[in-house]
Amino acid sequence: MPDQNDIYIIAELSEEKHPTPLTLELMGLGKELAAGMGGDLHAVMPGEGMEAAAVELSRYGASGIFVLDHPALCDYNPDIYLPVLEGFFTDRSPRAIIISHTSIGADLGPRLAFALGAGLVTDCVGARAEAGEIRLVRPVYGGNALATLRATTDTVLATLRARVGSAPSPSGESEVTLVEAAVPAEIRIGLRGRERAVSAECPLEEAAVVVTGGRGIGGADGFEQLRELARLFGGAVGASRPPVDSGWAPTTCQVGITGKVVAPDIYIAVAISGSSQHLSGMSDSGKVVAINKDPEAYIFSVSDYGVVGDWRQVLPSFTARCRDILNE
Amino acid sequence: MTLHIVVLAKQVPDPEGPPTSFEVDPEERRVTVRGIPPVVNPFDENALEAAIKLKETVGEVTITLLSAGNGISKAVILKAVAAGADASYLVDDPAFDPASLDSHASAAVLAAVIERIGDYDLILCGRQAADTNAGQVGLGLAHLLHIPALTVAQSVEVADGRAVVKKVMPDGYEKAEAPLPALITVSGEIGDLRYPSLAAIKAAKALPQTVLAASDLDVDVSGLSRVETVALEAPSRERSCALIEADGPEEAGRMLAERLREDRVI
Ligand SMILES: Cc1cc2nc3c(=O)[nH]c(=O)nc-3n(C[C@H](O)[C@H](O)[C@H](O)COP(=O)(O)OP(=O)(O)OC[C@H]3O[C@@H](n4cnc5c(N)ncnc54)[C@H](O)[C@@H]3O)c2cc1C
Ligand SMILES: Nc1ncnc2c1ncn2[C@@H]1O[C@H](COP(=O)(O)O)[C@@H](O)[C@H]1O
Repeated sequence: MPDQNDIYIIAELSEEKHPTPLTLELMGLGKELAAGMGGDLHAVMPGEGMEAAAVELSRYGASGIFVLDHPALCDYNPDIYLPVLEGFFTDRSPRAIIISHTSIGADLGPRLAFALGAGLVTDCVGARAEAGEIRLVRPVYGGNALATLRATTDTVLATLRARVGSAPSPSGESEVTLVEAAVPAEIRIGLRGRERAVSAECPLEEAAVVVTGGRGIGGADGFEQLRELARLFGGAVGASRPPVDSGWAPTTCQVGITGKVVAPDIYIAVAISGSSQHLSGMSDSGKVVAINKDPEAYIFSVSDYGVVGDWRQVLPSFTARCRDILNE
Repeated sequence: MTLHIVVLAKQVPDPEGPPTSFEVDPEERRVTVRGIPPVVNPFDENALEAAIKLKETVGEVTITLLSAGNGISKAVILKAVAAGADASYLVDDPAFDPASLDSHASAAVLAAVIERIGDYDLILCGRQAADTNAGQVGLGLAHLLHIPALTVAQSVEVADGRAVVKKVMPDGYEKAEAPLPALITVSGEIGDLRYPSLAAIKAAKALPQTVLAASDLDVDVSGLSRVETVALEAPSRERSCALIEADGPEEAGRMLAERLREDRVI
């Protein structure tokens, strides 16, 4: 039965066809929102060949899992995903549809919201049921302010950042329903293949230690030194935007509001001033360490440890001492 | 081939301004910006650069810059136009103050202007505005105009009546294409907007500019917004920082490592 207070999450699967960690976080958050609104939580899973994944996801607390299984949904093409999901949600009139703020979610969310005539809040860092409605929190002005928003429409869509919800522990399985995917006959957008940057390093979002370099690093060579430090900890190297724009570091390294959002145990910011766009991508980190030659740099105000100095002189001895400590 | 490209250019407070210049007023639920100039949204500058690159490669291209807002600076627009546009449309009206329009209302205003501009082959806009950080208006506009949209492009090419982009992905890029007319949202990787010469800025003053008010457009923004702000606050991310004092930078590096060990951080 359609219910105005039901919450739906749209699941995303990894290459190996498991629900992504963020999808499980959406389940945790969706459950809270559903409880707060007095509705049920459902998950929708678009894709191809997902029997095992659907069963896996059904252990995370939803009342039911809807599977939209079709070969045409194998890769994300908005021209196919949109009509399929629009068809699915028409007549269901949920209270909220929650989507991961990934490259798929950031593309799909607005399309689906406009198609459904629903209000949308992107890139949320908070969500709660309050005063009989859903309130969503997101950064605006590059992270210089946090806005709490509500939709004036019956249904609200939200795309959510990592670590807003927490994944529930798996328990009993819930019902899995196969729904026919209404794949359109005609599509305009064509996908022409993907190019992946090969990286042997630990993925930025999963690293427990992230060493990030900024404009003050001055060139690609400097990033080699940051990599050496990151490798000691089995961590990853990140960058603010200027090094990416200058080609010293790959786009995939960028941390911030238009890059990746990370929250490692230790974040080491080297020659970074601490712009709000950058802080938006790392301010939930455990301990923040800053090395900057400017004592007035804002990064020190948002760090737990700091050294004022030229990184070229500070970093080698820091790296060497860390190596000794780790070897003890 | 002739190609008419409309580039969307929103005026925003300079996002590179220091955090102290963005005053958060929780009572009024708005951000008051002090002491920093307005600029064209940086990703919109990238979109304009993408259009100018097409002009250099595709043949006959005309570029129309379109900005909607309240109190748009003529100097800011002039500098952008001078970089390589051929004409501009400014929709300047208190009713179109960015603070009072959500993504849906903004898209509706822009759609009304585009209908008025008439013929176009390609719309380029930024992947997100620096004030809203939303990344919605481009897709909303494409929806209202019933044209295909491709997002977060790091390169844009046009051939045989189709637009081809490389879309930024977390681990590389994906190639995607769509028939024209189409809308593309552009990312920074495409390259910075070139600087106009002084001569170009002078010449740009003579280029056609259409200035419109809300009453010139067939759109009523009241009741169009679907999202409203219930609270606004400054983020709390400050920490107390232990500064490592030492005799010289090498010693400071060593002491930092020691301190992290003492505190069981490493
Ligand atoms: C819409 C929008 C989105 C954006 N998204 C992002 C984003 O996702 N991520 C991001 O990072 N930025 C983003 N930016 C850019 C952001 O506004 C800042 O410009 C950027 O973060 C600054 O990077 P930085 O700190 O490396 O450079 P700067 O601000 O130039 O700081 C360099 C620092 O290095 C220090 N330094 C220089 N030399 C040395 C030395 N030898 N030793 C020690 N210290 C030294 C200086 O004191 C200075 O503090 C965005 C901007 C816009 C407009
Ligand atoms: N008022 C406006 N005038 C011109 N372009 C706009 C306006 N609002 C939004 N845009 C365009 O839409 C993009 C995305 O905006 P947003 O969805 O707010 O992040 C911006 O980068 C601009 O290119």
